[in-house]
Amino acid sequence: MSDTPNIGFVRHEPIPPSAPPIQQAGMVKWMRENLFSNWINSILTILSIYFVAKIILASTPWMWNGVWTTSSLRECREVLQGTIGACWSVLAERWNQMLFGFKYPAEAYWRPTLAFVLLLVCIAPILFQKLPRNMLIFSAIYPFLAFWLIWGGTVLTPVVVALSLIAGYLAFVKMERLTGFATGLLSGVVAVALVLYLGSFVTAALPEFIALEPVASRDMGGFMLNLILGTVCVSLSIPLGIVLALGRQSNMPIIKGICVVFIEFIRGVPLITLLFVANVVLSYFFPPGTNLDLILRVIIMITLFSAAYIAEVIRGGLAALPRGQYEAADSLGLDYPQAMRLIILPQALKISIPGIVNVAVGLFKDTTLVSVISMFDLVGMIRGPISSSTAWTGIYWELYLFAILLFFVVCYGISQYSQWLERQLRTDHH
Amino acid sequence: MSSTTQTGASKFSLSMLINDTRYRSTTFQVIALIGLIFAIGYLVSNLLSNLADAGLNISWRFFGETAGYDINQMPIEYNNQMSHGRASLVGAVNTLIVAFLACVSATILGVIAGVLRLSNNWVVSKLMAIYVEAFRNVPVLVWILIIFLVMSNILPQPREFRGDAAASSMWFDMVAFTNRGVYIPRLILEDLGWVVYAAFGLSIIGVFVFRRYARNLLFNTGRLIPTFLPSIAILILPTVLVYFALGSPIGLENPALKGFNFKGGLHLRLSLIALWFALAIYTGAFIAENVRAGIQAISHGQTEAAAALGMRPGRIMSLIILPQALRVIVPPLISQYLNITKNSSLAIAVGYMDITGTLGGITLNQTGRAIECILVLMLFYLVISLSISAIMNVYNNAMKLKER
Repeated sequence: MSDTPNIGFVRHEPIPPSAPPIQQAGMVKWMRENLFSNWINSILTILSIYFVAKIILASTPWMWNGVWTTSSLRECREVLQGTIGACWSVLAERWNQMLFGFKYPAEAYWRPTLAFVLLLVCIAPILFQKLPRNMLIFSAIYPFLAFWLIWGGTVLTPVVVALSLIAGYLAFVKMERLTGFATGLLSGVVAVALVLYLGSFVTAALPEFIALEPVASRDMGGFMLNLILGTVCVSLSIPLGIVLALGRQSNMPIIKGICVVFIEFIRGVPLITLLFVANVVLSYFFPPGTNLDLILRVIIMITLFSAAYIAEVIRGGLAALPRGQYEAADSLGLDYPQAMRLIILPQALKISIPGIVNVAVGLFKDTTLVSVISMFDLVGMIRGPISSSTAWTGIYWELYLFAILLFFVVCYGISQYSQWLERQLRTDHH
Repeated sequence: MSSTTQTGASKFSLSMLINDTRYRSTTFQVIALIGLIFAIGYLVSNLLSNLADAGLNISWRFFGETAGYDINQMPIEYNNQMSHGRASLVGAVNTLIVAFLACVSATILGVIAGVLRLSNNWVVSKLMAIYVEAFRNVPVLVWILIIFLVMSNILPQPREFRGDAAASSMWFDMVAFTNRGVYIPRLILEDLGWVVYAAFGLSIIGVFVFRRYARNLLFNTGRLIPTFLPSIAILILPTVLVYFALGSPIGLENPALKGFNFKGGLHLRLSLIALWFALAIYTGAFIAENVRAGIQAISHGQTEAAAALGMRPGRIMSLIILPQALRVIVPPLISQYLNITKNSSLAIAVGYMDITGTLGGITLNQTGRAIECILVLMLFYLVISLSISAIMNVYNNAMKLKER
């Protein structure tokens, strides 16, 4: 083959690839595939873009022209002179009422704010397993700290409660090792009651010991009230929900019956009727002379309400565990409390966390219902004192947008966490 | 086990009640029962002594007494001289009306949004995602109040419809949107009007019979006959024929402006519309998520298998995916219906007179019989919830995968 020298041209490297046709590359291809793949899609795309554009064009000038500095809606209208614009001044003037209610002392706003920031620190190690475990110590302290910060009074009250719980726990551990679970529980309860009883003398004797200015429950309001009701009721209802779920799974017919009737009754009625109960009926069931304030009665009813829903979620988690886990616990010779605490509940609760988070989000949204029984939460503040004040009557979009924003940020954040957690917990591959 | 057979009943000792598994569960149940009885007894004795202190008693007689208040939406005969019981009944019907309307529209909205969210159209699927997230994460009470306020502020007053150069006008002279509500025509039944209804009912049955015939034909002979257009024809044509054959026995009463307000026609109050829309849009977002999850739960292999058999995308959806997805979608869908019924009690926030507004609101305040009123109110919702869950159980058992 050496006698082929007179070939004019031999290409030694391949031709560089030519660019794909303009319709098959980049932006155009993406739009052809995702926006205009057929005539129905094209119509939908154009309609949606028209719709979005219309909303943006209508709302942007309204938001942008907004007035921030006036002191009433009438002044807003004078400043705007008929042009389109929002009257954000209502937020500038009343933001504190919407966040803290209209009776919480203004010089104490730092207390609930600090409690809220610390709440984030408190739940971080519970939500994210990678954080250092000794942060959980702070989570255990937090409820007492938050109570002291928000309600004020002497620091001794939460300290005594905390001490009584510690004493109860120690008594429980000690007695459980000696005799068994039931007697351990009993002696724990006795220890708590004893320390509480003794401590009440101490708090009564020293009401000014490292005291913050006390704030009555009925002065709580605004978004703070929603947050208080949401966090307190969810955290109280989880233990109750676990007990109810275990009771419903139990093979003792009477205990199972009690739990089923309770759960189905609560799940069958709207929350608003339970709030009516808290408002007008519940005080009939307490011994004559007791005077529980409304917020406490509402907390009781909402806790019962969410406990029933959480019980159903946990029951789902218990049912999802393979039968072998129960049999393995039995074959190790563990008794029922041990099997539950060491084998079953850790796994069942792990499966149920996303469900519990969903219940928590729903419950947090439902705390707005307390405005119906004339408590001044965020929605109650907007409907009541702010909308009916002479300066701001007739204003609604600005106020409700603020409410939407607050609730959306919290609920969307929690639901995103729940989805992230579900991805983390998914151990199968597909 | 041998040790337990040796210890006979004669050697029974008290500690066995706790330590012997044969007796332990009985012991616990007896303890629980006694505790429950004591708790209930304690609460009831508190209740009785509190009632005695307040000079009250438990009595149901107020249900027969004159209510004395008006209800602004009366689907059944009512006036303020009728009893509290009748007023509660009106409220109950109003609850069922708004719950039914909201269930139907939430389902339509939710299915459309759920399917569109899976569409490969980027703009549409993102828009639906925004809709779902925005409405799911804000309390329904806020949406009810916003829709109510926006409608009552933006819609024109009835007097703006007056005069020759009116600021607002009715749609086709039939529908008027005002800030007091929406006025729509009302159907007026003349003598033979029921025949038209009967004809329509029969055509609905006819459609099912025809579809069954078409399916049997397909399964038995393999012949595929068109069903969509014939179904519509069967549904509409006989009714229209009967309607004109009988000389238009069903008339329309249009709303008309008389004085300061509209008269005639059907008046849908703003409170009803706000409640209906808010419940529908809010629950629609949840249903959209259920629909999406249901469709995504069907393994992609099913679609591919159907495509390998040569089916077209539309048929894959209707014959392969949807029947399987429905099994996943329907149970949460029904519990959303339950939520709508329970959330309809928020009517009280916009003044819609449902049972919470009549029995739990005005009747309670007028008579002061809080315990009785709230008990009946709870029982009403409980009966609805339990019947819906009974239906759901029947459905679940019917649709359960039959494993052999």
